[in-house]
Amino acid sequence: MKKILTITAICFATTFRVDAQDITLKTKSATIKFFSNTPLEKIEGINKQVTALLNEKNGQFAFLLLQKGFKFDNSLLEDHFNENYMESSKFPKADFKGNITNIAAINFSKDGTYPANVEGMLTIHGVSKKIIEKGTVEVKAGKVTAQSIFKIKVKDFGIKGEYIGDKIANEVETTVICKFD
Amino acid sequence: MKKYIVCLLAITVAASTNIATAQQKDSSKTTDLFADLDKESKSADANVTDYTTATFKSTRIVNGHSIETIGKNNLDFRIAHRFGYVNSGVKNLFGLDEATMRIGLDYGLTNRLMIGLGRTTIDKELDAYVKYKLLRQSKGKCNMPISLTYFGGIYHYTKTTTEDINATNRTSYVNQLLIARKFNDAISFQLSPTWVHLNMVDLTKEDNDLFSLGISGRVKISKRVAITGDYYHQFNKLEGRTNSLSLGFDIETGGHVFQLHLTNSIGMNERHFITNTTGDWGDGGIRFGFNITRLFVLKKSAGSRSSL
Repeated sequence: MKKILTITAICFATTFRVDAQDITLKTKSATIKFFSNTPLEKIEGINKQVTALLNEKNGQFAFLLLQKGFKFDNSLLEDHFNENYMESSKFPKADFKGNITNIAAINFSKDGTYPANVEGMLTIHGVSKKIIEKGTVEVKAGKVTAQSIFKIKVKDFGIKGEYIGDKIANEVETTVICKFD
Repeated sequence: MKKYIVCLLAITVAASTNIATAQQKDSSKTTDLFADLDKESKSADANVTDYTTATFKSTRIVNGHSIETIGKNNLDFRIAHRFGYVNSGVKNLFGLDEATMRIGLDYGLTNRLMIGLGRTTIDKELDAYVKYKLLRQSKGKCNMPISLTYFGGIYHYTKTTTEDINATNRTSYVNQLLIARKFNDAISFQLSPTWVHLNMVDLTKEDNDLFSLGISGRVKISKRVAITGDYYHQFNKLEGRTNSLSLGFDIETGGHVFQLHLTNSIGMNERHFITNTTGDWGDGGIRFGFNITRLFVLKKSAGSRSSL
């Protein structure tokens, strides 16, 4: 009898396998940089506390950030960014909700760099706009990194200010890097 | 034989329950990712501390210091001008003929600790100070209704007069606790209890330790323009002195802040304008002045492509 019990116990114990492949990837320290390049001034802001989620199975991809999370070398510029341009007290967050449309072509269990087509709604300063961009998904030693560099037209999101067009570029280069946990 | 059948049964039961739970796990994972994001958004409101920024646009309100400090590795170059009395009439171009000035540098050691140096033409006075943000107004995870900054300054005038006053006697100290609250995007208010210690005073009846309370505020009237005010009420003062009252008008541009003001004080450092003001608003004993500041970034963060 004892033998049977021990064997049964071992059976139960060994069959509770841990699901090795978690299909929703998450990170709370993704990075978004934006770079405004004009002959008069070059301005770069970096946010290192972006929350990003990626569903490996259906390709759903989303990220969320706080505007005040963007840091600048020049503290006066950072104040202007929040007070005058982004109006961070009215629109404290920005987000993206969309899909990697070619998710089936990405093999998460094989190391490599795969091109990704991303489509979805980007919401900044209270304005939502559909964007279709390209990026890459890199799989290396079990870790996934999704990244993309694309341009955002500042005025498309209702952002106003007299320096847009001369000291601030009309189109700002945005880099998104999500190193998932 | 029976034993083996029981074992086999046990294994199948174990295996099938595991498969069932695995299937359950899979289906629960395909819940909407966007709903997860919304959940993250709500938890961020409760779990992240939102620090109030830009309570005041500059480290000075009009004359007096605000709770603000300069960002880390940023250097603020500041020139303050003060002219003569407006009531000195047209011949004196309403005071514009007499200009006094303070030139200073403020530096952010960290985002909360700032140091500064300056020199004023009046009395050829040198000043040096340290300013530290003790508390920062915030909401979210940590709720703090006010910002509290400590200010400590040392002042030493070098102008020699007929009297031979030694170096120690020409030195004084100022300690302040700056307490402010940003009520909304447009309105901020500050109280500044102050203790000035003068190593030497002129008359025996005068105190070496002078206590006052600064009452200041700013009202933003547009994105880049604000009206400011600064009043220092002295509880004990030197003979013949009045309380400093100043009204200002701030205009901001890309990297500069221009502050225009009208004040009854000639002094541009704390020791001077708080305890050594003699002008009187009532009879036109006010002066026009302006401050210009320019912020420089001394050390850029690694890999930064900024030119500012």
